[in-house]
Amino acid sequence: MKRKLLSTLMAGVLAASMLTGCASAAATDSEAAPTSEDGEAATEAEASAEAVTTEGDPNGTHMEMWSFVEAHNTFYAKMLQKWNEQNPDRTIEITFTTYPYADMHQKLLMSLQGGEGAPDLCDVEMGQVPNIYEGLDTWLQPLDDAMAPYAADMLTSRLDAYKGSDGKQYGAPFHVGATVMYYNLAAMEEAGLSQADIDAVVTWDDWKALGKKYLDAIGNPDGKYWTSVDTGGCDWQWIAMAEYGEDWTGGFENKANVELESIKKMCQFEQDMLNEGIAEVSPDGHTDLEAGYQNILDHNIVAFPKAMWYMSRFTNYMPEEAGNWYIAKCPVFEAGQNCSVGIGGTGTVVTKQSSDAELAADFLCFAKMSPEGEQMIWEDLGFDVCNTSLWTDDAFAHDDNNQYNKFFRNYPYDVLAEIKDQIGTVMTVSISPTINEYMCNTTLNEMFEDNMSVDDALAEAQGAIELEE
Amino acid sequence: MKRKSSFLYSQKAAPFVFVLPFVLTFTIFWVYPLISAFVMSTQDIGAVTRNFIGLKNYTKLLKDSVFHTAVANSFEYMVLTCALLIPFPMLYAVLLDSNLVKAKGVWKALMYVPALTSVVISGTLFRLMFTEYRTGQMNILLALIGLPAFKWLKVKWTSEIALLVLCCWRWTGVNTLYFMSGLKSIDKGLYEAGSIDGANRWQLFRYITIPLLKPTTIYVLTISIYAGLSMFLESFMLWAGNDSPKNIGLTIVGYLYKRGIQKNDMGYACAVGVVLLVLAMIINFTQLIINGQFRKEEK
Repeated sequence: MKRKLLSTLMAGVLAASMLTGCASAAATDSEAAPTSEDGEAATEAEASAEAVTTEGDPNGTHMEMWSFVEAHNTFYAKMLQKWNEQNPDRTIEITFTTYPYADMHQKLLMSLQGGEGAPDLCDVEMGQVPNIYEGLDTWLQPLDDAMAPYAADMLTSRLDAYKGSDGKQYGAPFHVGATVMYYNLAAMEEAGLSQADIDAVVTWDDWKALGKKYLDAIGNPDGKYWTSVDTGGCDWQWIAMAEYGEDWTGGFENKANVELESIKKMCQFEQDMLNEGIAEVSPDGHTDLEAGYQNILDHNIVAFPKAMWYMSRFTNYMPEEAGNWYIAKCPVFEAGQNCSVGIGGTGTVVTKQSSDAELAADFLCFAKMSPEGEQMIWEDLGFDVCNTSLWTDDAFAHDDNNQYNKFFRNYPYDVLAEIKDQIGTVMTVSISPTINEYMCNTTLNEMFEDNMSVDDALAEAQGAIELEE
Repeated sequence: MKRKSSFLYSQKAAPFVFVLPFVLTFTIFWVYPLISAFVMSTQDIGAVTRNFIGLKNYTKLLKDSVFHTAVANSFEYMVLTCALLIPFPMLYAVLLDSNLVKAKGVWKALMYVPALTSVVISGTLFRLMFTEYRTGQMNILLALIGLPAFKWLKVKWTSEIALLVLCCWRWTGVNTLYFMSGLKSIDKGLYEAGSIDGANRWQLFRYITIPLLKPTTIYVLTISIYAGLSMFLESFMLWAGNDSPKNIGLTIVGYLYKRGIQKNDMGYACAVGVVLLVLAMIINFTQLIINGQFRKEEK
């Protein structure tokens, strides 16, 4: 008898060790961080281990929710508590799971294709939006009805980024990701310039002239520049497209075209700055990597455009810079153009497989669009919220205890309020990853590292992208 | 009860029971995905639709220059890693096995430690070391000898060096251990006999150690070929993503990930995977045949 017990035990141990072997192998495979359209998700998605928690009213409707960022799930859990307090007849219990980036999107896609196993609610990163939204309303619940109470205050250009090709709203955004210009005002003041000089900038030419003035004032030393241009990111090109109202993806209907006037102008402008010694190429490709932070900390560059969420990079990685930086709107090519564009983000969806899709949609819109939800997004997650009514709300926007309000010379929301009607959209559709990849791998490097002519480099890119369509 | 116990003590059933876990995992996690990968590679897989398109994915691969770059990169990396990760670990193993080295346990442990670290962490550290900014360790070294900072990860040959340093740092210890276990199985009497016959150290190494280590060498070569061709995470971490300037860091698996996950084109990604499998098989079988692994044991 004893021997039998022993052999059973041994077999059990064998089987268990094999299974754990599989699990750990899977874990190392999926440790890879994501690549996304922008640098934001790369750091956002560093959720490594799977974390599962169940929150809410055990007697309410049970739901599943997935995310690739644990902080998002913590935020939803807090909002769930508020929802249950305010809606005692429609309470919910949610099991939250945090998966690594690639795993989560892959699982979601498989379960949507297979028709079972999808969660009720799920975060979708901007770069994956074209994949997940492809199934339109056979896969996802349109949010148009649920967001109706809040829609009037929401920034429409941001909502548009999460629409399907049928025009219905499928995703709820966290933030605008509005691009603005960051200035190291402290360094500029040392060079005898002032905030008034920045505020006087309207066009890119003004901006470049200010850069020249700054460099002349400090004596044009080696290794010091006005700005750095990116070879590993397309933020500058996105801003230019928003200014001219163009979109290189062509949206849902048209073909992709990178040989746009806006793109040519911006690339030429960047290349000229490089050749004149006003700009350098961002170390390691863009400003949202360690070398980029160090470059900023060393005051090698004093002005650069980036999305609002870059504020958190300052507080997290460059705390020594507190009090030095000033935020202003981006320059334009011609007066009167849009001056900003929303970059990056998470469009949370409700799936058709949900046990109660309407309830899930109501909760989601409450969590991500109501003033209470937006307040928490700003305080807990530090994003520039899409509810424009809050931008001018003094208690919300001018709270002096807020870390960003303390860190920067001016109130970030004042800048947002100023550019409210000037924020454009560039769509993320199925050709987007191809365009982004070709620009970052090849075209931008050819133009800025090898000094290839802008027209030639863009013509080559257009050829390569057309082959993929 | 009686039937049960007769099964538990059956000598006929026992071997099958013992191999069952392996057979099950092999079928579920290897054979099934393999077959479905072949099937999917002949399909155009959309969001809701799946169409059979024959060999179109493969003909597209033939014309896909990015894929060709990826294959060339993976192949180069595989050849170079094999060239470095077999002779040097063999040398270290012989050194560690000889009387020249003291505190062998410490050396063994030290050499093995890199293999235990996560590629994600070590890859990130190597990225910071090879950054083009002047604060990167490699550029600090260059500055010491009076050279300007270099854009390591934007130039093909220097990025290749970065990948190889990372790979060697990580795997030298593991391969050394393989060779050491191989050395342990060599009869010491052969060396004595050799030295009585007047062989010098080099001759002992050349005519006794190398031939008798052959099974270990072949094993290490086989896994190195596979590991070299399927490298992905190292390059993914070194460039903080799948995009490298002019695709100098793109590997076959990186391309598979790009097509399958980033662009959601599973059919095409499966075709890439199948090509990788075929390539690895051809190279490994050729190598094994040349080394005589399929010849029958001579009596």
